[in-house]
Parts: sequence; C-alpha cells; structure tokens
Amino acid sequence: MIALLQNEFIEKKKWLEKDEFTDVIAVAESTPGPIAINCSTYIGYKIGGFLGSLIATLAVCIPSFTIIYVVSLFFDAFISLEYVALAFKGIRVCVTFLILSAGLKLFLSAKKSAFNLIIFGVTAATVVTLSLFAVNFSSIYLILIAAAVGVIAYLITSARSKVSAKSSDEIPVCQKVSDKASDKNAVCSIAHKASYEASEKSLDEASESEKREENE
Amino acid sequence: MIYLQLFLNFLKIGAVSFGGGYGMISVVKETVIGNGWLTEEAFLDFIAVAESTPGPLAVNMATFVGSSLGGFLGALAATFGVILPSFVIILLITVLLNNLLRYAGVNAALSGIRPAVTALIVATGVTMILSVIFGVSSVGDKFTADVKGIILFATLAVIAFFYKKITKKSVSPIILIVFSAIYGMLIY
Repeated sequence: MIALLQNEFIEKKKWLEKDEFTDVIAVAESTPGPIAINCSTYIGYKIGGFLGSLIATLAVCIPSFTIIYVVSLFFDAFISLEYVALAFKGIRVCVTFLILSAGLKLFLSAKKSAFNLIIFGVTAATVVTLSLFAVNFSSIYLILIAAAVGVIAYLITSARSKVSAKSSDEIPVCQKVSDKASDKNAVCSIAHKASYEASEKSLDEASESEKREENE
Repeated sequence: MIYLQLFLNFLKIGAVSFGGGYGMISVVKETVIGNGWLTEEAFLDFIAVAESTPGPLAVNMATFVGSSLGGFLGALAATFGVILPSFVIILLITVLLNNLLRYAGVNAALSGIRPAVTALIVATGVTMILSVIFGVSSVGDKFTADVKGIILFATLAVIAFFYKKITKKSVSPIILIVFSAIYGMLIY
C-alpha cells in the first residue's frame, strides 16, 4: 500500500515531497492503528485540514467495508457448503502459517540486542504459557509493561551518561577557584581526584542496578 | 447492548495495535474468543477472509465481526471503534507535536513495544499451531497430530521459501490461501 501512496501522492498529484512522505510513514508505523488509516488521516490533514483528514480516513475505509459487509451476509451460507468447509480446513492451517511467518519475519529483521531478545523471550514465553494454562491476562497489559520497561531502560542509560558528563564539568570550576600559583596545582588535583572517584563509584552503582534489572 | 460492546472492544483494539498488519491479532483473538463471539476456528476463518480482501486487516476484521454480531449497525460500530484511536492520535500529533519521534521518551517506549509486539505475533502463531494442528489448547489436552495439516504447513513453508529465493519478493498470502483451499477440498 505504501508503494501505491508513493505513486499517487508524490509522483502523480505532487501533493507531498519525498521527505515529508518518509516522515508520514515513520509516524504511521509508530502510532497505534492500521498504517493505512494513519497515513490517510495524516495526509488528509496536511492537504485539507480537519475536514480533509476526516474525508480521507472515511474514504479509505469505504471499499473494504462494503466488500466485507457483503461477504459477511453470505458467509454462513457459504461455509455450510461441504466443499467450502473442507477448503477452510486447509485455509485455517494456512492462516496459522501466515501468522507465524509474519512474526518470524519481524523477529529476523529486528536488531538482535540483548534488550530486544530479553523482552521478546519473556513476552513470548509468558503468552504461550498463560494460554496453555488458560489464564486470562490481556496482551494489552503486556504491551504497556513493555513500554514501561523501554522507558525505564532509557532512563537508566541516560542517567549513566549524565553522570560521566558531570566529572568533566568539575575541571573548569577547579581552575577558576584557585588564585595563588603555588596552591593552584595542589587544590586542583585534589578536587579533581575526589570528583573523579565519586563519579566512578556512581557509574558502577548504575551498571550494577541495570544488571539486576535484566536478571529479574 | 451489542453495538456499544462492539464499539468499545474495537476501540480498545484500535488503541493498542502497533506495527500494522498482524500487530493486533493477539488482542483481537482475546476479544472475540474471550467474549464468546467466535470460536477459534471461526476466528481463523475470519482472518482468512480479512486477508483476502482489500483493506487493512484490522478494519476488515472489525467490519466482519461487527456484521456477524450486529448486522449493518454492528459493522459500523466496530469499524468506527477501531479507526477512532488512530484518527485522534494522528490528529493530535500533527496539530500539537511537531515531530513525535524526536521525543526520547516516545522512542524509549516504542523500543520496548516493538520486540513485545513481535513476541505477541509469534506467540499467537505458536498457540494457534498447537491448537489447530496438534489439538492442544491447554495443558491437559491430548497431543493429537493432524498429519494432513502438518504436510500442508510444511508445503506452504517450502513454497514461501522458494518463491522468495526465486523472485526476491514475498509470496502473496492470497496465493497461499487459495492453494490451501484447494488442498483442503482435495485432501481433507
């Protein structure tokens, strides 16, 4: 569908620039909801404001809505036909294959960082186990937990880099404070050494707590 | 009332489906099976139809389920519900925040969500395979292998693999569905 959008809006109608388009796709992929809807709303708004976004979004839904609605009217009668029922037996297997291969494709294309693998492993194992033991724990909670873990991990790593930045700040202050030539080096080196040791200590503490997080 | 239920449930689905396509499969499955709306088999049937028709999977599923449960109004309620979160969020982002991705906090949350969604999709695939091909839905069930199903699954994998090798493109799901339909009629 992305190729279609590209063709229509960039080449034919010249409504979007290539860079804008890349932004659209990036945002559409990072927000919840179908990409098609997200793109339509965004492009609709850019071209025609609120009304534009409304019309674009509704328009993209109408064809599939109509088709599926008509299909749904005949579906029950359709599937009661013997050959159709048999065909769907095969189709069900196909759908499980499609789902699994979609998941594996995503897995293979993602960065294999320790963080990603841990979240993947824990989530997958949890879902399969819970479903086998017939426990009802909504995926929505898992998604929210994963988002929270992402934010926590980010906060930890940014706290670590902030701490190492602080130790380099101390040096200019140290140099300004001392006036006497003889004192300068002595005071400076002691102050610098103290702050250096303090920052080493907090860096170690931060990495230890991160290791604890990952082990949990 | 069924219309409100459809609307609210699909609103929930629309709000957490990240990554398009199969991203919402896990939540849809919980919703339709948890509410007793569809059996597992019907769920897979619906996915097949939603896959084979134009339009986003999420919207098609909403329309189909909505129609089955509440006729035309049901289809409208469900479809409207699944679209609304996207619509609102995108508008908010476009109007208020200039570039969502520039906020480190958002990126951090997304970095956690992405592998989780991948895991949810794979996990759903695994549980469905266990259920459909091996007849195992929960721990107590007997492990009964559906040999015809296993052969079909393996054949599909081989077809997909070689198609990609030869044409460098992924095989269209519709081709696989049609093949499976024919197999179903002949072999089952």
